Amino acid sequence: MGAKNRLGVNIAGVELKNPVMTASGTFGSGEEYSEFVDLNRLGAVVTKGVANVPWPGNPTPRVAEVYGGMLNAIGLQNPGVEVFCRRDLPFLKKYDTKIIVNVCGHSIEEYTEVVERLADEPVDMLEINISCPNVREGGIAFGTVPSVAEKITRACRNVAKQPIIMKLSPNVTDIGEMARAVEAGGADAVSLINTLTGMKIDVNRRKFVLANRTGGMSGPAVKPIALRMVYEAAHAVHLPVIGMGGIATAEDALEFILAGATAVSVGTANFSNPRATLDVAEGIDRYLEENGIDSVQDLIGAVEE
Amino acid sequence: MKIKETATIVSQSRISAGIYDMVLSAPGISGEAAPGQFVNVYLNDKSRLLPRPISLCGIDADRQTIRLVYRVSGAGTGEMAQMCAGEKLEILGPLGNGFPLEEAAGKRVFLVGGGIGVPPLLETARVLYESAALDEEQSDVIADEQRVSEKSDGVNAKTRTTEVVSVIGYRSDCFLKAEFDRYGDTIIATEDGSTGTRGNVMDAIRADGRKPDVIFACGPLPMLRALKTWAEEEQIPCWVSMEERMACGIGACLACVCRTREIDGHSQVKNTRVCKDGPVFNAAELDL
Ligand SMILES: Cc1cc2nc3c(=O)[nH]c(=O)nc-3n(C[C@H](O)[C@H](O)[C@H](O)COP(=O)(O)OP(=O)(O)OC[C@H]3O[C@@H](n4cnc5c(N)ncnc54)[C@H](O)[C@@H]3O)c2cc1C
Ligand SMILES: Cc1cc2nc3c(=O)[nH]c(=O)nc-3n(C[C@H](O)[C@H](O)[C@H](O)COP(=O)(O)O)c2cc1C
Ligand code: FES
Repeated sequence: MGAKNRLGVNIAGVELKNPVMTASGTFGSGEEYSEFVDLNRLGAVVTKGVANVPWPGNPTPRVAEVYGGMLNAIGLQNPGVEVFCRRDLPFLKKYDTKIIVNVCGHSIEEYTEVVERLADEPVDMLEINISCPNVREGGIAFGTVPSVAEKITRACRNVAKQPIIMKLSPNVTDIGEMARAVEAGGADAVSLINTLTGMKIDVNRRKFVLANRTGGMSGPAVKPIALRMVYEAAHAVHLPVIGMGGIATAEDALEFILAGATAVSVGTANFSNPRATLDVAEGIDRYLEENGIDSVQDLIGAVEE
Repeated sequence: MKIKETATIVSQSRISAGIYDMVLSAPGISGEAAPGQFVNVYLNDKSRLLPRPISLCGIDADRQTIRLVYRVSGAGTGEMAQMCAGEKLEILGPLGNGFPLEEAAGKRVFLVGGGIGVPPLLETARVLYESAALDEEQSDVIADEQRVSEKSDGVNAKTRTTEVVSVIGYRSDCFLKAEFDRYGDTIIATEDGSTGTRGNVMDAIRADGRKPDVIFACGPLPMLRALKTWAEEEQIPCWVSMEERMACGIGACLACVCRTREIDGHSQVKNTRVCKDGPVFNAAELDL
């Protein structure tokens, strides 16, 4: 991919070969997509959320399409951290990419249990999901009340051996305040946005389309909101920001980088184009080439004020 | 191997009210696919981002084509129905596992379909019929011995190692029936009684009286439930093809799960992915 290191970025001391990673929950642990995507060419693989024990998730239907986007209420189904370490990590270790494990829980204790369990595993970073709108018990407060977000960040930071990325919810009034709260709690980076809580009703059946009634909205339709929030978060804290929300092309990704993101995640776009991550990475490289830019790092936050 | 390719529409026609029959030139997928598998259709209107899962109604490796028979049920299938020969569609496949054809070898198999669950059974019927014909050529001696028990109609004039009986439920119009007739007996149920037994496929099976050695089924959930109950009473192995809302179609997002009786090896909970571990499951393993 072009001149050496042109695409390289650094997040909390971890060197990524390019700024493109997968968005949690859209890419499993990489195995299914490895038929279409050479995982060696990704900056990082971010896994589906992992909890201390297996979670069954929500009833179906779990997804619905909406104009320019989708709703999901998977409910963080996952096989639990033990099976994840035994099965998924060895698979990912075969590739020359960074491994970021997304962590979920119902309580601070459940989060820290997973973080501790992963401390000595071959994991490069942890992404702490304090923002999933699809988990009822307490989960919402972690991502929407600044003092609670700070507390859970500190609890994770105290037991983590890897850098921790706090994944922020867009379902708040002031994203800058949330970013500052997790920075105060010791976060090494922030990522955003998680999905925006939405709803869809089938007028013929007069029923909610999702069994869970509400679901998280993602995809191209949320991109302008995500971009604005990434810009605000990048200006609120001194931490690296990982931007996501509707990124499907290199141009989308470059918008986030110019707004202040050090790296980007591609989520829903994988569903409409299984090769989306690589298309984005290749497109960024082409942009650098065409514009004579030596390093993608020169573009971070470089939008003219 | 799963292949993403730009397929060209060879032909498209309306075969019944709201039901379309599309043949696509798909050199990659047609060479890999098996009955009961499906493809993801990526729509050209990109505001509709999720691929539409559609079963393979026909696979022709020689002509390098696949055939999709689908009902217009919304905007996406509506867009497909507007397309003409020569236009292009992105597709990904073959996806899922398909029917376990080996379970039907040498047996009487009921292919039970309802509504838009009927199309994937057509390719299943064809492959079972043709492989039975092949087996037969290779075992003429055995066939000679069994000829006593032959049936007299044209198609089944010679003894078949595998007997295909297609049991199909329609609202009224029996689309694809003539094609099923080529591959064995057909038992028809219609809601309005215009053809065959009035009622559903279970009514038709009871009226017919025959019992299968194995069942392959695809159709609405109530039909699959009734069939599973009957198959369990009669101790007949039964495979069902499931439908669920999907996003990725390849097993990564966990949108499309259905409930299982036991803890699933992959998920570690009592559910399994329809797109990757199915869509065809042994009914005994599901909690329908
Ligand atoms: C494995 C599998 C095989 C299928 N095979 C066939 C087939 O051979 N012929 C056929 O006519 N139909 C088949 N279906 C159903 C077909 O996928 C839907 O009818 C189609 O997706 C509807 O899309 P739409 O845009 O027209 O409807 P809309 O209602 O506008 O679709 C909105 C969203 O809901 C999803 N959706 C709607 N109905 C269904 C459904 N019944 N199952 C799954 N997702 C749905 C769509 O994919 C889309 O994401 C199959 C479904 C599955 C899961
Ligand atoms: C099906 C699906 C599952 C998701 N699962 C998770 C998850 O387990 N953990 C998490 O932090 N975010 C999860 N997300 C949110 C995404 O990682 C991402 O933040 C969001 O979808 C916005 O990006 P996108 O528009 O590119 O998809 C999920 C999103 C989708 C669509
Ligand atoms: S549709 Fe994504 S796992 Fe089946």
